Amino acid sequence: MERPFDEELNALKQKLLEMAAHVEEAVALSIQSLKDRNEELAAEVIREEDITNSYDLAIDEICMRLLALRQPVAADLRFIASAMKIGTDLERIGDLTVNIAERTLHLLRLPPLKPLLDLPVMARLAQGMVKDAIDAFVQGDAGLARSVCERDDEVDQLNEQLFRELLTYTIADPGTIPRAIELILIGRNLERIADHATNISEDVIYILRGEVIKHHFDKKPDSRKDRPRKC
Amino acid sequence: MNKGKTKIEVQNLNFYYGKTRALKNLNIACYEKRVTAIIGPSGCGKSTFIRTLNRMNDVIPGARHEGQILIDHENIHSPKIDVVELRKRVGMVFQKPNPFPKSIFDNVAYGLRINGLRNRDKLEEIVERSLREAALWEEVKDRLDENAFALSGGQQQRLCIARALAVEPEVILFDEPCSAIDPIATAKIEDLIQKLKQHYTVVIVTHNMQQAARVSDYTAFLMLGELIEFDETKKIFTAPANKLTEEYITGRFG
Repeated sequence: MERPFDEELNALKQKLLEMAAHVEEAVALSIQSLKDRNEELAAEVIREEDITNSYDLAIDEICMRLLALRQPVAADLRFIASAMKIGTDLERIGDLTVNIAERTLHLLRLPPLKPLLDLPVMARLAQGMVKDAIDAFVQGDAGLARSVCERDDEVDQLNEQLFRELLTYTIADPGTIPRAIELILIGRNLERIADHATNISEDVIYILRGEVIKHHFDKKPDSRKDRPRKC
Repeated sequence: MNKGKTKIEVQNLNFYYGKTRALKNLNIACYEKRVTAIIGPSGCGKSTFIRTLNRMNDVIPGARHEGQILIDHENIHSPKIDVVELRKRVGMVFQKPNPFPKSIFDNVAYGLRINGLRNRDKLEEIVERSLREAALWEEVKDRLDENAFALSGGQQQRLCIARALAVEPEVILFDEPCSAIDPIATAKIEDLIQKLKQHYTVVIVTHNMQQAARVSDYTAFLMLGELIEFDETKKIFTAPANKLTEEYITGRFG
């Protein structure tokens, strides 16, 4: 039996998808601006942040209203509560693309430090994770969501690799420090984007199955805990 | 949640009104000093079920059962059981408040007097204690001789609760206790139920799912006389295992 509430839930889902599409675009543009050394693209990413933020506010407002007025339970409740979290994760991804764009603008004022190898791979992975997390949400595909969580380690490892490589550059030549720092920060931003994609996937699994998998996804000791803290 | 002991155990219960089978193979446990809610659409057998727990159905001609109902591991249909004693141990509060046409005091004292208690001091002590437990004392202490019908609906219901408490039950059954009562009085009674579970085992039938969510620790979902799902209330309302449960509590039928 269709309920009026179902229309409202669909509208919420649509809003989230619109926000996701906008954020996915921002991720793509920010990475492209770096690869192509394109100042205009970076500026566009920075300009578009307002739109992401207004989606975030709209989604929070819809969710609060539905919680108050509909007293949702079970899958409806899990969906609405998770929608708020997914909105927040998407908004954070948006912030990170702006950071990448700003770092890129700094880099463009200086000559290129080295051919970008790890960053484009990380970027491709992170982009794929965001896309798959959203697709898993749209299609109700728990398997796809899980696969996103599985890729997070690879991004972390690449980030580590990037850091070590840039460190050797700076030790050999301190003049490279400003550029190395920007690149390291961009790497970190991409790593954080991948983390947020993982969060979204965990929320998707919660919506679909009522299972909480965050914080103990693979039950193996978290290798991240043993790594030295970095910027 | 720590389950605690099992107070009531229903085993393979089939219940018939004449030829009609109203309850089908029910297996339910109610834990001591917990609130168990029974929910389900109209006609699912919730009231029939709760009335089996203190043998209220005995008085209905043509009513019979198969299977066992155990309280403290003892079969309540055993010939050793005195059904009047049982109904003291397992008290009941009904949908429509039903105070006796007597004073407030005499309502609460009725069960005690019937059991032979005459000592005025003792009666007063127990009446006060029961009215306090039912969160009604402050409102009626200066008018205990007034007729019970002078009270509001919500107060009458709390009076009925006090009446049940006076005979020192172990279990209190509530059959849609707030259906006939306004929201503020309902909130008071729901608060009261939360307090009562410190000392008593509570089973409550309700067609109001939010009420079940608010007051109970465990929820049983019945449909057409069968138990569909039984679990901790928080699990039923966040991630029910059975699709029918999900559809009912989200309002897709019922």
